[in-house]
Amino acid sequence: SSLKQQNCERLQTAKDEDEDVADPIDDREIFDLIRSINDPEHPLSLEELNVVEQVRVRVDDQENTVGVEFTPTIPHCSMATLIGLSIKVKLLRSLPERFKIDVHITPGMHTSEDAVNKQLADKERVAAALENSQLLEVVNQCLISNARTS
Amino acid sequence: MKDTLALLQKFNAHPDSRCWYVAWNPKGTLLASCGGDRAIRIWGREGDSWECKTVLQDGHQRAVRKVAWSPCGNYLASASFDATTCIWKKKNDDFEVSCPQTIDQMLCDDSKIWPVRASHCLCFFQCLTVLEGHENEVKCVAWAPTGNLLATCSRDKSVWIWEVDEEDEYECVSVVNSHTQDVKHVVWHPTQELLASCSYDNNVCVYKEEDDDWECRATLEGHTSTVWGLTFDPSGQRLASCSDDRTVKIWKECQPGGGQGTDTAWKCVCTLSGFHGRTVYDIAWCPLTGALATACGDDGVRVFKEDETADPDQPVFSLSAHVPKAHSQDVNCIAWNPKEAGLLVSCSDNGEIAVWNYQSEV
Repeated sequence: SSLKQQNCERLQTAKDEDEDVADPIDDREIFDLIRSINDPEHPLSLEELNVVEQVRVRVDDQENTVGVEFTPTIPHCSMATLIGLSIKVKLLRSLPERFKIDVHITPGMHTSEDAVNKQLADKERVAAALENSQLLEVVNQCLISNARTS
Repeated sequence: MKDTLALLQKFNAHPDSRCWYVAWNPKGTLLASCGGDRAIRIWGREGDSWECKTVLQDGHQRAVRKVAWSPCGNYLASASFDATTCIWKKKNDDFEVSCPQTIDQMLCDDSKIWPVRASHCLCFFQCLTVLEGHENEVKCVAWAPTGNLLATCSRDKSVWIWEVDEEDEYECVSVVNSHTQDVKHVVWHPTQELLASCSYDNNVCVYKEEDDDWECRATLEGHTSTVWGLTFDPSGQRLASCSDDRTVKIWKECQPGGGQGTDTAWKCVCTLSGFHGRTVYDIAWCPLTGALATACGDDGVRVFKEDETADPDQPVFSLSAHVPKAHSQDVNCIAWNPKEAGLLVSCSDNGEIAVWNYQSEV
């Protein structure tokens, strides 16, 4: 994006030298966090399966929002909620507290899109689900970084 | 003079965890908070700061979602994701502890968090009973104003009504399945035995007792996403709801039409939209002033005031005060002090509790 070009080309400023001021988080950085999440069923990453793509990541560093669209491999994919949850958990664990994180299915790409999106958007449901040790273990397995893909 | 909402105190209540809920006791002297750390904490004011009076740590195996004081102030109920509701009884009055060292050891290892200094007063609660029955997470518990009825609701889609007798025995008297999804909140009418609940199914239900059985008498439709919170106005004639659809709706009971039947009809008489940037998690109607406060997922706290001149069947509310960054994360709960006008408390995903003073020029 042109913003990235600007970042590469800009001159050193006093702000750059100040280590306390973090660089704004951009789409690429978010994508790097989620690209190597494992699919729960196949020995492949979400990037390799085209479940996540950088173009479907939207970050607004000023507004503190992150939006990720993910595309389940098939429209009836029963793992859609789990995949969405893994993406959400990865971002919740990695990003500064100030960010609001929205994870939803790429529009039109799943038969239960609305139901899955609603669950992922409900932080109370997400919090309660993650207190279930079995589910948490499955999510953590998806998030184990794989030397091959990370 | 403009209406103002000023921060009085802010403190970390649930370390490394979210604070889900905070409730004033009926006298307005204590706060009970609960959170993702599975603990309940009781706070009392000492001068300008808040002091932790006790920590109830081992009552629940999962996060504690809500707490509620009984109308007499001697009991506390807690609703948890572990599918149970605990009833705690306060033991006598606060009593003095002579040795300050003991308090520090009892309350917390990390003295950075608990400002226990001036007072040596603690209060003690004992777990009286554990109410079981819900199939999964209990999302709310509420005491009826009479003090001998309790309502709970759950992700299992049901609302349970419990009766308590003079011997502190609890018995479930009704299980009502009017919602088609997770029930998020229940609230009692301030004076009548009337109950309202709201849900992930986007609806609000109103219940009354008929022949010893509780039934849903009205279903309020209108919100386009999960309804998270409910509050009655001081007279009980109106109900306000708040939702993931980023609106607040005001509902009023209409006089029944020509037909018989005991069903009531509630109409949405006002919708506040365009004010909240994200999900509205909680709403509270001040019993003393009539001001309406909201807790929002955009980190803001807002207070709305009703216009005096409006038609009672078409009320108009204006935004009276707004703190955009009340907390650094989502605001989960908002509560007015029942005795001190303008005193407001909020809590957040960042584990903090904030105490506010709202002043209105009128």
